[in-house]
Amino acid sequence: MTNGYLFAAYAATWIIHIAYLGTIVSRYSRLKREIGELKKPAVTSSVSSLRS
Amino acid sequence: MKRVFPILSVLTATLLIYALYQALVVAPTEQTMGDVQRIFYYHVPSAWTAFILFFVNFGASILYLIKRRPAADMVALVSAEVGVVFLLVNLVTGPIWARPVWGIWWTWDWRLTSTLVTWLIYVSYLMLRRFSSGGQTPTLAAALAVLGALCIPFVYFSIWFFRTQHPQPVIGGDGSIDPRMMHALLINWLAFVCFAFMVCWSRYRLEKLQRDVNQAYAMASLLAPHGSARR
Amino acid sequence: MIAPTGITRVTLLKDLRLEWRSKDAINSMLFFSLLVVVVFSFSFDPTAEESRQIAGGLIWVAFLFAAVVALNQTWAREIRNQVLDAYRISPAPANSLFMAKTLGNFIFVSVLEALMTPLFIMFYRLRSLGPAWQLLLIAVLGTWALVVNGTFFAAMSLRTRSREIMLPLLLFPISIPALLAMVQATADILNGEGARFWIVLLATYDLVFTTVCLLLFETVLNAE
Repeated sequence: MTNGYLFAAYAATWIIHIAYLGTIVSRYSRLKREIGELKKPAVTSSVSSLRS
Repeated sequence: MKRVFPILSVLTATLLIYALYQALVVAPTEQTMGDVQRIFYYHVPSAWTAFILFFVNFGASILYLIKRRPAADMVALVSAEVGVVFLLVNLVTGPIWARPVWGIWWTWDWRLTSTLVTWLIYVSYLMLRRFSSGGQTPTLAAALAVLGALCIPFVYFSIWFFRTQHPQPVIGGDGSIDPRMMHALLINWLAFVCFAFMVCWSRYRLEKLQRDVNQAYAMASLLAPHGSARR
Repeated sequence: MIAPTGITRVTLLKDLRLEWRSKDAINSMLFFSLLVVVVFSFSFDPTAEESRQIAGGLIWVAFLFAAVVALNQTWAREIRNQVLDAYRISPAPANSLFMAKTLGNFIFVSVLEALMTPLFIMFYRLRSLGPAWQLLLIAVLGTWALVVNGTFFAAMSLRTRSREIMLPLLLFPISIPALLAMVQATADILNGEGARFWIVLLATYDLVFTTVCLLLFETVLNAE
């Protein structure tokens, strides 16, 4: 019965750490996508500014 | 440089697994508390690691106030955030340990109370960072970090005296420790410190990327041709 | 060039004069404290002997909340009239402004405490069994602790969203050692013991935090 608490403690530890790492990973991949999209239109907008 | 991160990650994971083995198998079972005492090998190193991180935050904040280097500000942010996570683990495992052993979830004993107050101080630091705007955030946060760090000794000392006047059941136990237990404890601490370092590194990379994206947005709005800009 | 203490005195007198004319802060603080006293009285029997234990805590919680009311409007007047920008450009040392604001707040909160204490004594039938002069010392040191940090954090909160909630969020955790000292010292003195340890702790806390706030205020004021 005490082993239940032992398991809960170790599980809670790793759940907290993995949840935090999860937020880091998801924010990182979202930002990578964003910076990819930001770099693209720079080519087309500089072309259109040359035209005008 | 790109390969260092995965290699260190694997090494850290190995160390964590070895430390887990030490905690659950190698370390002897405690006489009075039984197996549940093994929570100790996660509960205590989490707090020690968190305090190392808060010390790093203190140093980085002072460095920022003197040198104004963005890298120092990022290290301060990262170490505080990861420190709060590790201290949260300590605060969660504490009651889980207390319940089967002392029959209560929480007690306002010296260690738990002081740890909770420390956690609150660094959460307030993170809130300041979240709620303040752009340019001033690093300076304000650094000032708060210095005040917070100086407050910690007062927190522990005042609550310690308070609890010698009004004792409560103590969680965590004192007294001599079996050398094999100490060994398992130190191994877990080393593993946690390495793990904290890797988490901080990841968070640092994320913060660097975030700032690069912010800068890219700023540049894009500066360079984008606006209809009304034509004179 | 005016000496820094001269600037402090001038700024402080200006604040006191403005406050005396409008009495905004002191009125709202007084009313708030009174409300707190009454509301607390519903949660326990204020006249029982056991309440002597809790009274110390209650009084200081009431004063803490009232102090936050005062602190929140510390810099409001300066913001409204762009005084802070003028101050940044002037050669006056930022510390003089900080000391003036802190002293002003200290006076406001002390006046509040002086007015509320007889009410507390009457409502809760308090009697001090210990050295009452120590209570005065605790009040002075404790109020200074709250006010020096509070004025500093109020200046910090100016640059944040949700300014009014940011001040207590920052102030309360860091004030915990001082609050503990005030509450415990009051309880001890009311119960007949001395509170020498808490007085020394509060004095040390005041010294450390006043020094650090003075060192950092200019930085915070000019944070860009």
